[in-house]
Amino acid sequence: MVRAPGPRCPRRPRAPPRRSPAAPCRATPGARWCARRTAPGTWWASSPGAAAPATPGRPACTPASPSSATGSTPSWRPTEACNKRCHPLSAVSLSPWRDGRERGPSLSPDFVEALRAVVGAPNVSTATAVREQHGHDESMHPCAPPDVVVWPQAVGQVQELAALCHRCRVPMVPFGTGTGLEGGVNAVQGGVCFDLSRMDAIAELSLEDFSVTVEPGVTRKALNKHLRGTGLWFPVDPGADASLCGMAATGASGTNAVRYGTMRPNVLNLRVVLPDGRLLHTAGPRRQPRKRAAGYDLTSLFVGSEGTLGFLTQATLRLHPLPEATAVTVASFPSVGAAVACTVQVLQAAVPVARIEFLDEVMADACGRFSQMELPAAATLLLELHGSRRSLAEQQQQMEEIVQQNSGSSLAWAEGLDEREQLWSMRHNAWYAALALRPGCQGYSTDVCVPISRLPDVVVETKQDLQASGLTGPMVGHVGDGNFHCILVFNSQDPDEAQRIHAFTQRLGRRALAAGGTCTGEHGVGLGKRALLQEELGQEGLDTLRSIKAALDPHNLMNPGKVL
Amino acid sequence: MAGKPWGAHLRQVRPPEPAVPPQVRVAPGGAGVQTQGVKHGLNPFCEIALEEAVRLREGGKASEVIAVSLGTKASQETLRTALAVGADRAVLAEVTEGAAPGPLEVASALAALARRLQPQLVLLGKQAIDDDCNQTAQLLAAMLDWPQGTFISRLELESGAVRVQREVDGGLETLRLRLPAVLSADLRLNEPRYATLPNIMKAKKKPLEVIPASDLGVSGGPSRLKVLQVQEPPARAGGEKVENVETLVEKLRQSGRI
Repeated sequence: MVRAPGPRCPRRPRAPPRRSPAAPCRATPGARWCARRTAPGTWWASSPGAAAPATPGRPACTPASPSSATGSTPSWRPTEACNKRCHPLSAVSLSPWRDGRERGPSLSPDFVEALRAVVGAPNVSTATAVREQHGHDESMHPCAPPDVVVWPQAVGQVQELAALCHRCRVPMVPFGTGTGLEGGVNAVQGGVCFDLSRMDAIAELSLEDFSVTVEPGVTRKALNKHLRGTGLWFPVDPGADASLCGMAATGASGTNAVRYGTMRPNVLNLRVVLPDGRLLHTAGPRRQPRKRAAGYDLTSLFVGSEGTLGFLTQATLRLHPLPEATAVTVASFPSVGAAVACTVQVLQAAVPVARIEFLDEVMADACGRFSQMELPAAATLLLELHGSRRSLAEQQQQMEEIVQQNSGSSLAWAEGLDEREQLWSMRHNAWYAALALRPGCQGYSTDVCVPISRLPDVVVETKQDLQASGLTGPMVGHVGDGNFHCILVFNSQDPDEAQRIHAFTQRLGRRALAAGGTCTGEHGVGLGKRALLQEELGQEGLDTLRSIKAALDPHNLMNPGKVL
Repeated sequence: MAGKPWGAHLRQVRPPEPAVPPQVRVAPGGAGVQTQGVKHGLNPFCEIALEEAVRLREGGKASEVIAVSLGTKASQETLRTALAVGADRAVLAEVTEGAAPGPLEVASALAALARRLQPQLVLLGKQAIDDDCNQTAQLLAAMLDWPQGTFISRLELESGAVRVQREVDGGLETLRLRLPAVLSADLRLNEPRYATLPNIMKAKKKPLEVIPASDLGVSGGPSRLKVLQVQEPPARAGGEKVENVETLVEKLRQSGRI
């Protein structure tokens, strides 16, 4: 049943065309709606994209009265006329987010004026360059710019804006630093992009409780710089200098996860603005116990939600003491299997290794050349140990024995800060080193995570698959967690190669799932892995996720098109 | 201190400087910047100098590192950080709240302390990041009549002398200075370490001596330098796109640029 929308809806003044018969519709039996097409870039690219002609005399969908900029819920209520205009059933299809509608026309000037009334004119932008900048991240998904970008300065403003967008059924996309790798900020249905980087307070640092509260504008390097001199640090370190709330939203991880954990165990509390503007503290306001058993774990629900359940406007993080002594070494192995087997043995020997990173021979060669360091072109492990001086000596001895048993090279330990920084920056530049192998090409990073026991098989099979497909894909990985990435460097203009890349990544994802792992260890689902998520969780899992999404965001306004 | 081969290394630690905040605001009245509520911390160049002193002691070339500061009571916290990084003891020349010592006052206090503590080497940061004066090391060397090596990016101790590499406008200059000497550290001298929790705990027990500035015969402020005005740079005006080159030339002419 299709009902034409009211003539005054600022979002959609006319009904968009129905899905054409030529377009394939993969309706699963028993489902109430069509499975959506997953190919990125086909939706909005084919729509006219032009702004809808403004109907004269159309009153704005604005709040009746402005509310204060504190954390309270807005005091206005939608008017009766506005209710009719923005009624959810005035949408085109039954399911507002699962339809195949193409991207709607841009927002009405009245709506943009209402946004300006909340945050001020300098903090709202419809400039093309600004929108395009906010329409993509570091992935290779094509840019999908939002209709307008806003910069709220306080959580009260986020709440007001969210309530306004919710009332007018406008999609909302949170934006931190735009350094994601799965297209999480691409506004595939347009809408308002909330750039939260101007909220950058670091509050409530407690040195005795080892906790700190940060807002979305604080990046991980900024936090660690702030903590200098306190003896504490925040160990989760994905490649980019990402926003900490963004890292919480994607459930990020880094090189230190094997000992200090990913984001999930290190987030104690979240202050979330729900899609309708209500404020939620997932562990209760102003609380940060180290452990709790009170009710459903809402904090864990929002970590990894990728902006589809609400805005993370503040995160309380668990800090760790800086290690007293650190030592780093590089070990080369005759084969990939030997290197990975060594990793498994190190973990089974319960050596409390802090970082254990794997580079295959292509990657080791590329990194060595990029950073001008002497690194043999062989499967390599970069190892870092943390501890007191005495325990470090013991760990070093254990490590040397295990590496020797696996035919690794002899170890030279770097303990000075300068040498350690040099070695790790060589590893952190892996992305650029891989791109430098084929200048002018694009890169795409896969991300699978499998149980440690299956890691050697999966890595060796993947290597064979790469060679068989004739692809350039140096491998780098946090093998301590069973997580590795293939950085595929390819010419995006060559359709055959793009096809082979696509097939390879699908095979890799399925290989990881078959080995009892996950299709994404740390990058998230975003735009490109929704089909694999279905295979990973199964129908019941996916239905449960949909129920939760429907409960918190019934109109699918929060970052539509991602995860589900 | 007398009789030890290398003596003490006196390290100067500036009073807590405002760490560069993301938004620096001009104070009302235009006579400075707002310092209320801004996080203060150890001057980055002083951190580098402190790290070098601690490395010299760890390498066995020095016997003791003393961290020194001229400031109010709040400076004690900064000196504790210096102790946590590795200084052996600290001395604070205390001034009253509200005194604003300039480089001359700081150098006088350090000179008095140097005569009292008798170090072989004084290491300072090349400049403070709030006033960027770059004067204290030079004034101190003149007051003590010691040789000075400023903007050093490398340091090597020899018997009775120190060989330093300075970063100057034309390149790198290597000097050999007889001890005792005054050195000021530049950015590329080293990468300072982070203080770890066990060291922070140990630092609470290390000796920190507080001496009123007047006991040293120093006034401690106010500075003889007076800031007349501070103003923000003009806000960036919007740009404009023009259709063709003729319009561009016309606009440039109108605004007096050509």
